[in-house]
Amino acid sequence: MKISVPKEIYAGEKRVATTPEVAAQLIKMGFELTVETNAGAEANFSDADYVAAGCSIAAVDEVWDSADIIMKVRGPDDVETARLKTGQTLISFLWPAQNPELLQELTDRGVTAIAMDSIPRISRAQKMDALSSMANIAGYRAIVEAAQHFGRFFTGQITAAGKVPPAKVLVIGAGVAGLAAIGAANSMGAIVRSFDTRPEVKEQIESMNAEFLMLDFEDEDGSGAGGYAKVMSDEFIKAEMALFAEQAKEVDIIITTALIPGRPAPRLITAEMVESMKAGSVVVDLAAEQGGNCELTQAGKVISHNGVTLIGYTDLPSRMAAQSSQLYASNLRHLLTELTPEKDGQIVVDMEDEVIRGATICKDKQTTWPPPAPKLSAAPPKQAEPEATPVVVEKGKLSIAGPIIGAVMGGLALLGLGAVAPADFMAHFTVFVLACFVGYMVIWNVSAALHTPLMSVTNAISSIIIIGALLQISSDNEMVMWIATGTVLLASINIFGGFAVTRRMLEMFRR
Amino acid sequence: MISIQGVVTGSYIIAIVLFILALGGLSNQETARRGNWYGIIGMAIALVATVIGFVKPETYPILLAALVIGASIGLFAAHRIQMTQMPELVAVLHSLVGIAAVAVGYANFMGHGGQLSGIELTIHDIETYIGVLIGAVTFSGSVIAFGKLSGRIGGTPLTLPGRHWLNLGLLIAVFWFGYQFVLGSAAGAGMLPLLIMTAIALLFGIHMVMAIGGADMPVVVSMLNSYSGWAAAAVGFMLGNDLLIVTGALVGSSGAILSYIMCRAMNRKFLSVIAGGFGTGGGTSAAASGEQEGEIEAIDSQETADLLNNAKEVMIIPGYGMAVAQAQHVVNEITKVLRGKGINVRFGIHPVAGRMPGHMNVLLAEAKVPYDIVYELDEINDDFPNIDVSVVIGANDIVNPSAQTDLDGPIGGMPVLECWKGETTIVLKRSMATGYAGVQNPLFFKDNTRMLFGDAKDTLDAVFKAL
Repeated sequence: MKISVPKEIYAGEKRVATTPEVAAQLIKMGFELTVETNAGAEANFSDADYVAAGCSIAAVDEVWDSADIIMKVRGPDDVETARLKTGQTLISFLWPAQNPELLQELTDRGVTAIAMDSIPRISRAQKMDALSSMANIAGYRAIVEAAQHFGRFFTGQITAAGKVPPAKVLVIGAGVAGLAAIGAANSMGAIVRSFDTRPEVKEQIESMNAEFLMLDFEDEDGSGAGGYAKVMSDEFIKAEMALFAEQAKEVDIIITTALIPGRPAPRLITAEMVESMKAGSVVVDLAAEQGGNCELTQAGKVISHNGVTLIGYTDLPSRMAAQSSQLYASNLRHLLTELTPEKDGQIVVDMEDEVIRGATICKDKQTTWPPPAPKLSAAPPKQAEPEATPVVVEKGKLSIAGPIIGAVMGGLALLGLGAVAPADFMAHFTVFVLACFVGYMVIWNVSAALHTPLMSVTNAISSIIIIGALLQISSDNEMVMWIATGTVLLASINIFGGFAVTRRMLEMFRR
Repeated sequence: MISIQGVVTGSYIIAIVLFILALGGLSNQETARRGNWYGIIGMAIALVATVIGFVKPETYPILLAALVIGASIGLFAAHRIQMTQMPELVAVLHSLVGIAAVAVGYANFMGHGGQLSGIELTIHDIETYIGVLIGAVTFSGSVIAFGKLSGRIGGTPLTLPGRHWLNLGLLIAVFWFGYQFVLGSAAGAGMLPLLIMTAIALLFGIHMVMAIGGADMPVVVSMLNSYSGWAAAAVGFMLGNDLLIVTGALVGSSGAILSYIMCRAMNRKFLSVIAGGFGTGGGTSAAASGEQEGEIEAIDSQETADLLNNAKEVMIIPGYGMAVAQAQHVVNEITKVLRGKGINVRFGIHPVAGRMPGHMNVLLAEAKVPYDIVYELDEINDDFPNIDVSVVIGANDIVNPSAQTDLDGPIGGMPVLECWKGETTIVLKRSMATGYAGVQNPLFFKDNTRMLFGDAKDTLDAVFKAL
């Protein structure tokens, strides 16, 4: 099938839906690739690179008309939508919840539309999760932008010219973007704090060497379906806002990444908080496109308010076009791999497959969005912890009753035996019991590495049973003598074999 | 005139002390070789003393012939055996002790007619009976264990319907025939009950080991080791010989403790191992594999080599697959290369890796991996978060995270090597088949796990070249 990659026409969009490297892999899968002239120019991929990878280069009309599959980054605008024909498959970010008219239009045109933003968040689909890829880049870039507008070092330094304190960075929302921002800020030397409504990310935040800000509030779990956050109660939000107000006075840089799927971004940073920040501080609002976490940010712009720089770029991934194109192209390639089970360059939109079903928003003039709820959550709820306790209790009970009963029974049995058995037997029995204890004491501390040699040496030693045969070999009874001889033969195999193999093994153990 | 009997008893005491020293020496790497020599010397002293003390000179030729033949077979086997076949050899040797105990018991019964009477005869008969019983169980059990270990008999446990009742029935039969035997022996007969009991004991040994799943084989081997000791002790009682009693008890209790250590390492009750049926591969695995779904990511040997080259901390986790593929030598070569590059390579050994206690240690030692970079589960498990690359070679159940998450599962609660906490895990495997316990392994589907399919030796050879 023919895949076309048009040039992105959205103003300022530098990304491209495939890179020459990924294109070559797609061609290997049996697809034909056509790339629009200069499609990758802004992301530093030249037409010559694409040609070298095996793509053909075409002008815009041909790109759209000849395609079976169209791969884009941004959703199509009106002009582009008008070019789509029945039977074509469109793969790009589409945001069906925010763009119902576009969804309707695509459905009416008979296009099969696969929305990269609607890929379910399940483990299996992570390699196709373009939102995570882009969020990762956005988080990193947010720190880079902040650093550019922040007139100081991130890292603390003690220099001959004086002491420089480290910058303090607050990251609100520790999703993929938040964690990427934490990582980037940390590696530049800043002190990083982070807050999230979902308690399970505490560990992730701490694993990135950032401080998790605890909210003094009775348990409210902010985890919604699919690993995203959900809307919190009013009291929670009040407590949260108090925390932010306090932090705002202290920190130099705030990165906000709080988003709830399908809703406007929550207002977390008020104008007063911004005004309480030190002059020269920076706020980067990654939610600017969805209305902003900060009251004052303006989408797509950098403004200054009371000496605080507010960055509201909505195109952070596009600002690292080469990197984001590469990751996005890989996500697309993984998706296409899922779509072509036969590896013959023919895509099959299998509506039984959970991932494909989730991402396909319209097909055969039918709107198929929203999909049924996902079966699995990316982060399973807490488990296993409560089950640990009963085991301990059970062990405690056993340790009291068991030995007492055992000791009493054993003692009675011994007394009973002693009453009837001859003295000779009891003497042997004494020796036997003592030897058992010696064996127990001697073996208890054996190191696991020596279990095998120990076993083979005890095996060799247990063929001391040969003594029994030796005592009988001189018997007058011919039958007994021959049995004894056979026993000596067998036991001596064991003696010599056991010791020799132990020696051989032990020779191999060396430092 | 010197008292021969006194000298013999003195020699026995020396032998006993030497045996205890041998076992004690074997518990530590530094003293292990000395321990083995103590054992050899002790055995030699006991043999020589017994021969001088009790064997008539005219029997020497036949005795010598038996000894020489036995010794040649034993030494030949010990030198020819592949280290990977150690479990089988040990099982065969156990069976020899078992059959020897049976033979000594029979010979003793036939040889001692009418010297004892009353309660002494009864006790002696019971001793004989128990000696033969344990010996027969050890023998047939070891033979089956050998069959299972060498793959001649399938590893899946044989679970007959009502097997516990069957065992109980056999046990009752053993008691009843024991009673008949004592009665018969007092009347000068008793051979028939003894023979029937031996047959029952053989059946019992077969049934017992057949019912035990492959994953529990290490426990079974050390348990049979323990039995062989008890058999020797029972024979000691029968003959009134303290050396046999002490040595048998030493071996018996040490084997029992080893079994207990193994069971603890798998977090399983000793009784439930003996009762068998573990690793059924039927119902449990079907249920477990049904709910497990996800993507596995395969890589090739070149990528593996790159990952290893870029790591600082590497952990190698060998399993039975390494033994099967005989890959321990190339593992050592890879280890040497990586250590030469300043990469810290360590080995994490699970107590039940392989089919015999300490199996992996023996193989690594054979390949001359220095033993101070080989660590046990407890020593190493907390280090996994710092590990860049874990290489799992042909192991499955011992790195199965479901042991911690699915506490009701067949391996629930068993301590496992937590390699998934490291940066990346590379799993070498022949296929996606489940391990011996028949449980699907969620590790393979984790995001930081890469699968390298193929025979461990071939793929590791390729990795080694790529390094």
